[in-house]
Amino acid sequence: MSASLTGAARLEARFADCADKNRAAFVAYIMGGDPSLKTAQKILDGLPGAGADVIELGLPFTDPMADGPAIQAAALRALNAGVRTKDVLNMASQFRKVDTQTPLIVMGYFNPIHHMGCEVFTKACVDAGVDGAIVVDLPPEEDTPLHSAFETAGLALIRLATPTTDDQRLPTVVTGTSGFVYYVSVAGITGALVPEADPVERAVKRIRAASGLPVAVGFGVRTPQKAAQIARVADGVVVGSAIVDAMAKNGVEEALDLTRTLSDAVHNARNEAIS
Amino acid sequence: MSTPPDHSIWPDAKGRFGEFGGRYVAETLMPLILDLESAWDEARNDPDFTAQMDTYLRDYVGRPSALYHAERLSEEFGGAKIWLKRDELNHTGSHKINNCLGQVLLAKRMGKRRIIAETGAGQHGVATATLAARFGLPCVVFMGATDIERQQPNVFRMKLLGAQVVPVTSGTGTLKDAMNEALRDWVTNVEETFYVIGTVAGPHPYPHMVRNFQSVIGREARAQILEREGRLPDACVACIGGGSNAMGLFHAFVPDESVRLIGVEAAGKGIDTGLHAASLKGGEPGVLHGNRTYLLQDDDGQIIDAHSISAGLDYPGIGPEHAYLHDTGRAEYVSATDDEALLMFQLCTKLEGIIPALEPAHALARVADLARELGPKGLIIMNMCGRGDKDVFAVAGHLGVEI
Repeated sequence: MSASLTGAARLEARFADCADKNRAAFVAYIMGGDPSLKTAQKILDGLPGAGADVIELGLPFTDPMADGPAIQAAALRALNAGVRTKDVLNMASQFRKVDTQTPLIVMGYFNPIHHMGCEVFTKACVDAGVDGAIVVDLPPEEDTPLHSAFETAGLALIRLATPTTDDQRLPTVVTGTSGFVYYVSVAGITGALVPEADPVERAVKRIRAASGLPVAVGFGVRTPQKAAQIARVADGVVVGSAIVDAMAKNGVEEALDLTRTLSDAVHNARNEAIS
Repeated sequence: MSTPPDHSIWPDAKGRFGEFGGRYVAETLMPLILDLESAWDEARNDPDFTAQMDTYLRDYVGRPSALYHAERLSEEFGGAKIWLKRDELNHTGSHKINNCLGQVLLAKRMGKRRIIAETGAGQHGVATATLAARFGLPCVVFMGATDIERQQPNVFRMKLLGAQVVPVTSGTGTLKDAMNEALRDWVTNVEETFYVIGTVAGPHPYPHMVRNFQSVIGREARAQILEREGRLPDACVACIGGGSNAMGLFHAFVPDESVRLIGVEAAGKGIDTGLHAASLKGGEPGVLHGNRTYLLQDDDGQIIDAHSISAGLDYPGIGPEHAYLHDTGRAEYVSATDDEALLMFQLCTKLEGIIPALEPAHALARVADLARELGPKGLIIMNMCGRGDKDVFAVAGHLGVEI
């Protein structure tokens, strides 16, 4: 892998690399600036060493309506510490000083991006070494301004597919997307319901065929066992709420320990007998 | 002179009113919203649905509501003739039931088995719980913990009606947080649940649908004033939180260029104090709760909590059609403070024997100025969108009276 890759290409190279090794990518989510910029930077910089193949860095928002209690609380902690969107992008810049290999995407809601302006946000992402973004409340029908700015800059605007995305709608969701597709494994909020492997496997196959992209699965994956189950059928496994919870309760080291346990489970899943 | 713009072309196919509106929701909800849109398009073009609505509006809600000449208020303000559209006389005590009726009938038509709603003052929650009881559907109402505290009578009414009232403690525990929680419930229970949104906001088709259900207010008022006065009014005035009662009154008058449309936002403790709910006067365009509109937000696009003495106006956004009418200049938007609303609450009660809700008491404060401005030949229609029974305990508290 070349160190010069950035944006969607850096993401795609990482997923291809994992596929070559016959393992799923482990995608770790943390909230930017939670509980403070300094602590969050420590965990961010430690994630690759703990086995994270891809990093999702949350942009805090006052009204995170797709998130469960863990990530809502994390966003509030960050906002109460005075953390703003530009501070989280600055965390990414700091991270890039020590790591140019690990893909990093930001995940948040549209209003702070809209307020900054799609062009300005895109340039800030490029400057910070951010490779892509997931904007939860920005469906394909509304994402043209950000999508075209990202496309020009070579960044990935990652779309979400869900259990309610039927065959008729799937092409709308995957057209023009890059990097990977994020499959929301359950209808609900983050960190609540637990997905079953069988329907996830069927969905992943369907989305992979329609998009030609790797499919990472998230929402409700909390334990190494569940992460391993999903890793057998998907190209990537995303864990967020569990890591955020571990950090809130027990601090950076515990959160990184959990990340290590989860990433081991994901990386070894396909070598073990199917349980 | 150029022809006036045709406002009737909005919303367009994407649910836009000019640059406002749209459909900013999580992907899980998108297919459901699209389903809702086609069900709504079918229903509104079905004469049977309209006939069903009309029957319930007449026999259950008690429409048409009266248009009442408020003689003593007109005399007190010393100017224009003031007519009150008496939507506070509706079943459940506010305009909210016009919309709930439509949405619950639509939910039945779509085969949905569960109703959810958010509520601020509790009027929308009560109206939704009422219709859910009438049509035998389980109902869950999300209400901010702060609002539960200041609207106890409505909480008890909802419980009597069989609804489950879920206190929302996230954020500041007011209307916007209740809406976040309702969206979280909806995204978790997508197939069986119908989300009855209480105002002309949210993702398309809600702003269009709610306006349509509320527009009965303006249609009646327009016919009534023509019958009583033989001419159109000079101005229509209504208070604005999300803006459903105002949109309901304004809609029929939008093509009548001679009629001024005036929305009154809640200025709380004063717009310059930062403690207010005036999204148009003190906010800027952004995206929240499924639509692009004016929002109270900081320089990072984080939503700022609204403040108003009235729980029903305590919302940091406004319906996208109001944002459009504001930017095109077709409607004017002004504001009234907590103190002004408290004064008008008492004045209207003493002079007309009508206890207004704190929400329309805001509108009355600007009607007073406008009446003087227009003079004795002027005609004003104000929407008395809710009655104040729910507010008497809170008002007593503000006046330092123990009940």
